[in-house]
Parts: sequence; C-alpha cells; structure tokens
Amino acid sequence: MESRVLSHLRALEAESIHILREVVAEFSNPVMLYSVGKDSSVMMRLAQKAFHPARIPFPVLHVDTGYKFKEMYEFRDNLAKELGLNLIVYANQAALDAGANPFTLGTQKCCAQLKTRALLDALAAGGYDAAFGGARRDEEKSRAKERIYSFRDKFGQWDPKNQRPELWNVYNAKIEKGETIRVFPLSNWTELDIWRYIELEKIPIVPLYFAKEREMLVRGNSIIPLEHNYPIQIGEKPEMVKVRMRSLGCTYCTGAIRSEAETLPQLMEELVQFKRSERENRIIDHDTEGSMEIKKREGYF
Amino acid sequence: MSVESQLLRFTTAGSVDDGKSTLIGRLLYEAKGVYEDQLASVRNSSVNRSTGPIDFSLLTDGLRAEREQGITIDVAYRYAATPRRKFIIADTPGHEQYTRNMATGASTADLAIVLIDARKGVLVQSRRHAFITALLGIRYVAVAVNKMDLVDFREDVFRRIETEFLAYANSVGLKNVAFFPISALEGDNITEKSARTPWYQGTPLLEHLETVDLGEGHNFTDLRFPVQYVNRPTLDFRGYTGQLASGILRPGQTVMTLPSGRITKVKSLPSFDGDLAEAYPPMSVTVCLEDEVDISRGDMLVDPARVPHVSRRFAAKLVWMHETPGEAGRDYLLKHTTQTVRAQIARIRHRIDINTLAEQPANKLELNEIASIQIETRRPLFFDAYAQNRTTGAFILIDAITNATVAAGMIEESTADSLEPLQLGSLEFSGETEATVTPAERYKRAGHYPATVWLTARQELAGMLERKLFDLGCSVHVLADDRESHLLPELARVLNSAGLIAICSIASPDQTEARRAQQLAGDTRFLLVDPQQLPVKDEEASEVLMKMLEDRGVLRRKERFEVGEGI
Repeated sequence: MESRVLSHLRALEAESIHILREVVAEFSNPVMLYSVGKDSSVMMRLAQKAFHPARIPFPVLHVDTGYKFKEMYEFRDNLAKELGLNLIVYANQAALDAGANPFTLGTQKCCAQLKTRALLDALAAGGYDAAFGGARRDEEKSRAKERIYSFRDKFGQWDPKNQRPELWNVYNAKIEKGETIRVFPLSNWTELDIWRYIELEKIPIVPLYFAKEREMLVRGNSIIPLEHNYPIQIGEKPEMVKVRMRSLGCTYCTGAIRSEAETLPQLMEELVQFKRSERENRIIDHDTEGSMEIKKREGYF
Repeated sequence: MSVESQLLRFTTAGSVDDGKSTLIGRLLYEAKGVYEDQLASVRNSSVNRSTGPIDFSLLTDGLRAEREQGITIDVAYRYAATPRRKFIIADTPGHEQYTRNMATGASTADLAIVLIDARKGVLVQSRRHAFITALLGIRYVAVAVNKMDLVDFREDVFRRIETEFLAYANSVGLKNVAFFPISALEGDNITEKSARTPWYQGTPLLEHLETVDLGEGHNFTDLRFPVQYVNRPTLDFRGYTGQLASGILRPGQTVMTLPSGRITKVKSLPSFDGDLAEAYPPMSVTVCLEDEVDISRGDMLVDPARVPHVSRRFAAKLVWMHETPGEAGRDYLLKHTTQTVRAQIARIRHRIDINTLAEQPANKLELNEIASIQIETRRPLFFDAYAQNRTTGAFILIDAITNATVAAGMIEESTADSLEPLQLGSLEFSGETEATVTPAERYKRAGHYPATVWLTARQELAGMLERKLFDLGCSVHVLADDRESHLLPELARVLNSAGLIAICSIASPDQTEARRAQQLAGDTRFLLVDPQQLPVKDEEASEVLMKMLEDRGVLRRKERFEVGEGI
C-alpha cells in the first residue's frame, strides 16, 4: 500500500486552506491583504484552491504607498483581471497630498503614515471584520509569537501579553463590533517553503525576484533602486548591476542583492547557500532593536 | 529538504533554567534554521546570559518584555529543516503559571521534548510536563537530560532520571518515551554521538526527530469529515468543504450525514487540480454527494458502519486557561470541529493535582487547573473520545460575554454518567471495533439500525410497536421492568450491540435510568417520548413512534432493503 503521509508542502497547503475556509464561514466581511509579493501570490493560489470552482469569495485589498515598483503595479492589475478579483486599492491620500515620502520623512514616520495608518483606515472604510495577511512566523522574532487568528482591538492594536490561546485547528472567531481579527494562513510556512511551493505549483510572480541587469545606486553595502526620483547625493552615480529583490516593499526600503539567479531552481540554490534572512535588506525592521514589535503593537501587519 | 520531505511538529517543555531556549537555539543552528544576520544580531546584543561566545537562547526569546525579564512568556513557533524533515517547533514556557501555553503548544504536536536538568533530576515541573503531554495525546516523548557536562557525563545520574521519569510516565499513560544525555550548550548528542558518553547506545536527538514514524498516528478507518463551508457558486454545483479528520473518502463510497442520519454516496472529490481518486487526513477537500441532501456547516459525514457518539452530554478533561474561574451552571460557547453551540459545565467531578495526580473536590476551576467535568450542550455533538481521535475529541470553551478562550477540553472515553457501573457478572459488551461481526454486517442483514425506545406506563403500546416492527422484518424485543428496572439501560445496550431495536417498557417514570439509557445508546439511537405528547390511542401512538424512528434514520420503510455498497 502506498504511504498516506502528506509531504510537508501538502500538509501546509491543507492547513492554510482550512484556515481560509474557516474565516469565510465564520466572518461576515473578510478581506485579503494583497501586497503583490511572493507570499501574497502563494496566499492567492491557496484561496483559489480553497474555493474552487467558485471565484475567490472576498475582496482583495492593496494598501498602496505609491512608492512600489512599476513592475508590481503591472503584475497586480494583470492578476486581478485574470482571476476576476474584486481588487480594492487604498492609499492615505491626505498624507501623500501633504507630501509624505520616505526620502524626507524618514522610514519610520513614512511607514506609520503610508502603511499602518492607510491600512487601519482602509479596514475601517470597508467595515471588514477579518483580514488575511501573508505574514510568516519565520520572518522575524516577534512574528514567531503571533497567533493564526490575531485579535486586534478597536484601534487595530496587538497586545502580545494578552493573546487568546490557540489550540488544535479550533479557532476562536468571536469578536465585538469594531474589533477585528488578522488572519495569517501562511503562519507555518518558511521562506524556502514559499519558493518550493511556487515552483511546485508554477505560480506566477513579479519578475523583480529574478536577477537582471538593472540601473541601481550602490551606496556602501546597500544597492538601491532608482524609481520615484530617488535623491542622489553629490558624487554618486547610478550603475548597471545584476541584481534581484529578495522581498518586495517600497522601492526606497527594498534593498537589492547582487545575484545570478535567473530561474527558480537557481534562486533556491542561492537561498540555501547564502544564509541571510530575507528581511535583513528591509530597512524598517532594523531601526531599533525590537522595532517590528513596536510597529505591530500600533497596528502594522 | 526536498519537495517530498515530511513535517514533524514538536513541542518543548522545561523548567526555568533547564536550558530549553539554548537547546532550541542549538537545534535551529544545527538544522540551518538560523540566518547569519540573526546570529550577528545576537552576537551584537547587549545581553549575553551564557558563558560561551554565542547566547543561543537569544535566538528564540522573541519579545522585549521577556528579553528584559529573562524568561519566555508565551508560545513561540520556530522552523527548521534537514534534508529529511521540516520541523515546526512550539517553544513553550516552563514557568509554573503558564500551563495553558504548554497545552497550547502540545495540542498540535506529534512529539514532545521534555527537558530535565541533570543536576536537579525529575522535578515537580517535569511531572507536570509529562502529565500535560499525556493529556494532550502526544504520541512520542523525547526526554532530553541536559547539562550532562555539569555532572561529568555520569551514567548513573542519567539512569536514575530515566528510571524515575519512566515510572511516572507509565502512571500517566505515556508511551514511546526515549531518553537522551545531552549538553545543549556544548552540543553533545545533538547531531552526533558524543565521545563523552560512551555508555550511551541510542541515537543523537536530531536523528531521532528525523526518523520517528509519522504514518502510524493517522486513523484511516473511521470516516469523520466535519463540514466547514458549503460552496455553491452555481445552482448546479454544491460542494461540501472541510479537512478530513480521519478515514478515507473515495467516489462511490456510502456515507452517512449527521445529524440527519441520511445515507448517500460520494459523487466526486473535485479540486483545483482535477478530481481526486481518494482523500485522506489531513487533506482539505471538497465533496460532492449523489443525493440532494440538506447539509450545512457543523454537520459531519461519517462511515455508517462506524458512527461517532451523538450526544448532548459527555465527560471531558478540561484545562482552564483564563483568570476568571470556570463554574458549573455558567453559559459558555463550545466550539467543536466546525460547530459552535451553547454549553454548560453540568458538574465538576474533580480537580486533578498534576503533581500528585490526586483527585480533589472543586467548586470552580482556576487558571491552569485541570479537571474532570461533565458537559451539557444545547444541541447534540458528534464526537469520539480524544484518545481515539484528536480532532473529533477536542473542543474549546469561549466565554459568552468576553469572547475570551477560557478552556481546552478533551472528551473522555466514557460518555456515561458517574453512576456506579452495574454488576452484570461476566457479561461483556462486544466492543464495536474489535467484534468479529461488525455493526455494518448486522445492519446489512437486519436492514435497520439498532435503537432504544423508552416508554413509560404504556405496556400495550410497547407490545403493539414490537409487533409492527417485527412484521416489517425488524429484529426487536421488549424489555419490561418487573423488578430489575435499573438493569434496563444495560440490557438495552446489549440488544443494541446485537443489532436489535430494544423497547424498554417501564411502569413509572425514572429520569435517572432514562438518562443513562440515553447515554448508552447515544442521542440519535434513543427515543424518549413524553407520555403527554403521545396520542392516547395505541394505534396512533405506534405510528408516531414508527415515524420518529424513520426520521432518525433507524429504519426506512420504503427502501428498507436497499443497502449501499461499502458498508
């Protein structure tokens, strides 16, 4: 008799699909946060699988800072068309109109305005009672303690000391009006799991993940993309570098890495070889020790 | 790690200063779960509580609050992988007041690592960890006797701990216990056998984690498919979605739907990747059925030959997880598989002292206490004992006012009340799973399911019902109480397990016996009729009862002999 033990990827897939369906069954107005990145792409595929042959039965929300890569916007709009998504794009227009940008505001304030504030406003505007996010527990230490159903109070705040115990696959979906649950179907996936699943399932992803000659600014150890009129200092000169993005955020905060990986197998090979964690190139996590935890308490994903 | 590698979920339990965080940090480091920059940030950290160059424990202590206090205060999940396996590690605190966190981490684990400080031996906490491990049904236990370097790697120290822990493990019913003499700090017996423990014949800890058998824990025999969500994109597609708790699903298979008791067949198992030929746990699938049946979230598809218990009352072990004490008579929400129902703790039978295992009387349940209780729900649940099925035997209690998750429950084997078991001499009930003649075979021959009908002060009606059922081809027998009325529930149970419909005809009302009979038979197989509700005329009353038996799926008059394949 053949073995009936699921491979680890299929076991993770089954767990995530169970979570997606549980939320749709128990909440009245769920939404999926979509960041256009690789984790979002996997989450989208899992949602397709969970509700097949139906279309994805909830809206998909992109909190747009306006500072993403051009290729991300193109990719997003194509996917939305192809899957028939109910795509909602939300930006903190007031802050953008007031001139908020990462170059002059600094990353912490910029993120607070264009990401955290925009997210909370978007959730409130839509009246969503549950929001799926693609965060993984292996990304960062404070995320390791996050529940799959993460309770947020009326202000969207996370209280790490007062989390609901979460046992088996029995999730507590009870909330009062104004309170919300952030749901993380990919909690137990690692970066390598995500890549292996993308390969296994042939999931389309933004080309920025693959190495290509790109015009970049090299400053010390950082390789910075030049979109959105990045302010170049005197004496600096853009150059063509073969790079790829390890994770996708706003152009200013996403550092590129030198790479030769043009295909998925090459990319995974590279990942196994160089053991640097993926968020290391993200400037926001490193401002102060424990900065992600502070942001999460305030409502960040 | 390959695409085909398997997933092992394990939990870790240890007392404060047992070196648990160091062990996990070490395992992550060895199994390549740590990246260079994370290691660098630990090297740069302002805190180093270890004597070595790297404080491995800093890799795992996530939150600022606990970093400042120097203790782990909540469950944290870690990930590591070797070429053979991916690991999900539930890192749970050993601190006394955090029993609930350990129960949380243990609930999804296949294996538990229990840490014991070689210098201190088996402590009260170690016993507590063993008890919770057994309570939450973890299949494998790996006892890591740590800090062997501080006792000069002496075999006698290790053996003494082994003997003492095994004795306790046996008393709480733990099986598959393995012991490892290690030093998390210096790396002995973690990935390779240590030269400093030549007397140790076993494998290193990591190798054990890579090789324990994951297949044997699954139940492929008793179909349990809790319906999560009904997918109806178009009028001609109706798919029941859910995660298979146990058993196997195949197209063409006969299934029973609960609570209706209706029998139908699986038409197909459609998926994004095409129709499936079979599904097994823990797959998340979509099921289409042959017949138009009314099924909604909370219902369950089961094997008609191996039905779960169906009842509003059951006994359970409870871990209380909230500051507000638990009390009998208070309203809670109970979430069990995909059903949420109103429930009460009908009775606290006793509290269990997890250090001594002593049973103590209790009026309420405080945070981190474990108790044996009786639950009563508004609607019937479909369940198995937790020891048989970790999905259909588990539930949580939610405070109906604050919405807090207040308790975790494990349903116990016995659903009977705590009344003294009757002395029936050498009479044994044939166990439904081990019987040579199965309930399915009995059903196939009889054309109906067994049931118990409880009638008070209607002797003639009992006779008439027996006649009607008999004429229909049913196996039926009236049990009248002459003197031994307290034997009726058990006798009815014997008739039921022989496949018969038992009609218990008693002279005067007896709630206690009726209730016990109900618990023994299960709600769907038990018919208790309020004499006031029943027509006075026996002819009419017997028709009402026949109809009720039909409605519950016990018998089907029209298509009585049509029995599906596969049962």
